[in-house]
Amino acid sequence: MMIIISVDDKEIQAEEGTSLLKVCLDNGIYIPNLCYMEGMETPPSSCRLCFVDIDGEKNPVPSCSVKVREGMKVFTNTPRVRGLQWSAFELIMSNHRIDCGSCLSRKACPLIKISRHLKIRLKPFRVGHINSGNEDIVEDHPCLIYDITKCVRCGKCLHICEKIHGRLYLTFAGRGVDMGISFFGDSDDETIPCARCLACVKICPVSALLSYERYEHSPEGSSS
Amino acid sequence: MIDTIIDRINIAYAALKSGADEIAAARKSSPDPKIYIGMATCGRAAGAAEIDGIIRGLLSELDVKADIIHTGCIGHCYAEPIVIVDDPRHGFPPIMYYNVTPGKANLIVRAYIGRGDPLYEHLLGAMTENELIPSVMGFPRFGMEERLVTEHCGHIDPEDIQEYISLGGYSSLARALVMDPIKIIDELKKSGLRGRGGAGFPSWKKLDVAGSAQSEKKIIICNADEGDPGAYMDRTIIESNPHQLLEGMAIAARSIGASSGIIYIRHEYPLAVKIMRKALDDAAGLNLLGNSILGSDFSLDLEIFQGSGAFVCGEETALILSVEGHRGMPRMRPPFPAEKGLGGKPTVINNVKTLSTIPAIIKNGGEWFSKIGTSDSPGTAIFSIVGNVVHAGLVEIPMGVSLRRLIFDICGGIPNQKKFKAVQIGGPSGGCLPEIFLDIPIDFDSILEAGAMMGSGGMVVMDGDTCMVDVARYFLEFTQRESCGKCTFCRIGTKHLLTILEKITKGEGAMSDLDTLESLSKEIRRGSLCGLGKTAPNPVLTTLQYFRSEYIAHIEEKRCPALKCRALTAFYIDLDKCARGCDACVGSCPVECIFTAKGRKKGIDQSVCVKCGECVTACPKEYDAVKRISPAWKVPIVEKIKESH
Ligand SMILES: Cc1cc2nc3c(=O)[nH]c(=O)nc-3n(C[C@H](O)[C@H](O)[C@H](O)COP(=O)(O)O)c2cc1C
Repeated sequence: MMIIISVDDKEIQAEEGTSLLKVCLDNGIYIPNLCYMEGMETPPSSCRLCFVDIDGEKNPVPSCSVKVREGMKVFTNTPRVRGLQWSAFELIMSNHRIDCGSCLSRKACPLIKISRHLKIRLKPFRVGHINSGNEDIVEDHPCLIYDITKCVRCGKCLHICEKIHGRLYLTFAGRGVDMGISFFGDSDDETIPCARCLACVKICPVSALLSYERYEHSPEGSSS
Repeated sequence: MIDTIIDRINIAYAALKSGADEIAAARKSSPDPKIYIGMATCGRAAGAAEIDGIIRGLLSELDVKADIIHTGCIGHCYAEPIVIVDDPRHGFPPIMYYNVTPGKANLIVRAYIGRGDPLYEHLLGAMTENELIPSVMGFPRFGMEERLVTEHCGHIDPEDIQEYISLGGYSSLARALVMDPIKIIDELKKSGLRGRGGAGFPSWKKLDVAGSAQSEKKIIICNADEGDPGAYMDRTIIESNPHQLLEGMAIAARSIGASSGIIYIRHEYPLAVKIMRKALDDAAGLNLLGNSILGSDFSLDLEIFQGSGAFVCGEETALILSVEGHRGMPRMRPPFPAEKGLGGKPTVINNVKTLSTIPAIIKNGGEWFSKIGTSDSPGTAIFSIVGNVVHAGLVEIPMGVSLRRLIFDICGGIPNQKKFKAVQIGGPSGGCLPEIFLDIPIDFDSILEAGAMMGSGGMVVMDGDTCMVDVARYFLEFTQRESCGKCTFCRIGTKHLLTILEKITKGEGAMSDLDTLESLSKEIRRGSLCGLGKTAPNPVLTTLQYFRSEYIAHIEEKRCPALKCRALTAFYIDLDKCARGCDACVGSCPVECIFTAKGRKKGIDQSVCVKCGECVTACPKEYDAVKRISPAWKVPIVEKIKESH
């Protein structure tokens, strides 16, 4: 059923029960987000960027996990929403190696887009940079390379992998700030579909997952 | 329900009860002495297994027949190993002996069991009122408690289902089986029972949501993940009285129509798992679980799932994912598990203590329960009290008792004439409360208001020697290590908190760090996905609020007021106290930094000292010459004497 909601005092028509974040994005209202993908039944709601204020709710809520209802009144840029978004973004950037010059994501990088939208710098302002345990580039996969220093832990690679293959060929592993992507140690090209697929590489928004081929052609890969 | 089914259930239960009564009566009338040994994890850790062996050996050597009963934990950790001897032949009531060493065990068997000398100097008290030996109930740690959930813990053999039945066990289940499920939920509503797993959510509401859901399958889960450092209430209950938990679980399952259930126990609790496994088998063997329980139309299959010990898996949505075979990471709620839980089915998850409370409510009625404790937090609270407190252990008190009464009157206060400094309630999710809060009542809301959390019952008492900055650092180290890493605030935010706290304890902090700690803490609290992140800043926020001067001393004076932070303290030897020619400290130093100073007294080479404190222990008490000082630069300089050749 089509319903009407209001976002920043603008009326929008939407199918009842759709994700609020999707409705906003589809209607040209940008809300910062990293982990949401269309068609997710239960979005991970883990990047903590897509907060909005909804009339009647005590606290800001992540819009990806909210389903639209008739008459809902949404505000995407209240001070407390911005406060949380700035904070989440600063935290993400404090654990992200900012090296745009040699990064393959270039203009497509969502972090740049978010920093512009939130009108804050890429570099953290209150806190220093923190490392994630062992920061060596992971090379134990026959065709994939993982760089935890860039990874924003959005989990899109896991989602797409499971969607395509019905199972996971990579996983989250580790705890706290050391948590990152790990491969299961399958190294047999014959049994894993990765070389033919590379969907995870394509979907990675920050070029933390690369195929060997792409890596070798990147400024970083070719210089080392 | 048809009368014949009701009759069938009542008859089946009556048969069980009379069978159990017969066994109990036979045991009671036997003239043999009964020896109860506390054999839960805590008792074993204190050496109960060795004591058991010694007692058995002596009994057979003396050719005395006795009934040795392995009980669980009575909650008095400070007194373990505990042995209770009931030997009516000597005309004494059952006697409790504490801190039983091999030597004491020997005496108990030879002198008391053998010759009828009750060993007044070694006993804690009698288990019943009598004229000969003061009863333990006169001792505040026993008398001021109110044991509702832990009533039988430490008194019965957890592996003997008959004993539990003979005490009226499973009668509440029999009653619940003939009740309309809605009536069970009504009774819990009347009782006002709130979940004991942390948040204090009204228990009936979850049951009601799951109960009214349309689903061909519903599930009940008992949460025994218990990952808070220093908390062991749930383990103790399982190791001491597993059937009460199973009974409560079966009643809850019946109220929502769940036909299967899981007891989620962390695998670091092998004894609890073993005891629970036997309890499940025994209950199924008597048709108290399984198909058509006691002849009713209600069936329930329960199984154990062993969690791998991740703290976050105690969070209900993470727990469900881990049972489903995934990495335990919390997800957004709603949907709540009661709507969509394990395998998408309505699932009620309750804590061990919550479920173990249910039989008493069904037996005595919701109204009875609602009058215990306070009106908003009815019932009892169970804490494991550890740290700088005389009578540490497991305590059950009515809600509403003040912290002061609990810590000082019931648990004996702070040992070694030290001063109380703070009490940490609720584990890593909780906060540190200073002295001004000692008079608040213990209930869900008052503790939350003070900035801490009831949590699942961990309580750490801290004396004046505790550095509050270091305490905050300790808890943040725990949360960062246990964070699943899924959401930004918890994964990265708590790491920043930890980094800043580490800096401060090393004397490298700046005053602006305090603002960052505070603002970041509030953002993590608001922004995190699950309860782990939402509550992780509590230790930081409460210590900042109540012990701010300690933070400032660390930052501005490079001084740790509690003399705990290594980088900010130094050891030195007070030459006025040091004994001429005594070498006790010299050999204790692992880095050989103690030298001889003027007058054959000793000095510490500050450039080599690693601040391990071994010399403090080595220095004879009557000299007490090794001192610790902060800030470190204030350490007096002691000159080495020039070696004269
Ligand atoms: C990080 C985290 C850890 C938790 N650990 C436990 C636990 O060990 N035991 C427990 O009963 N509840 C734990 N909880 C609370 C559960 O999510 C849930 O609220 C509880 O099991 C519900 O039971 P109750 O209604 O009986 O309190 C935890 C919550 C969080 C956020």
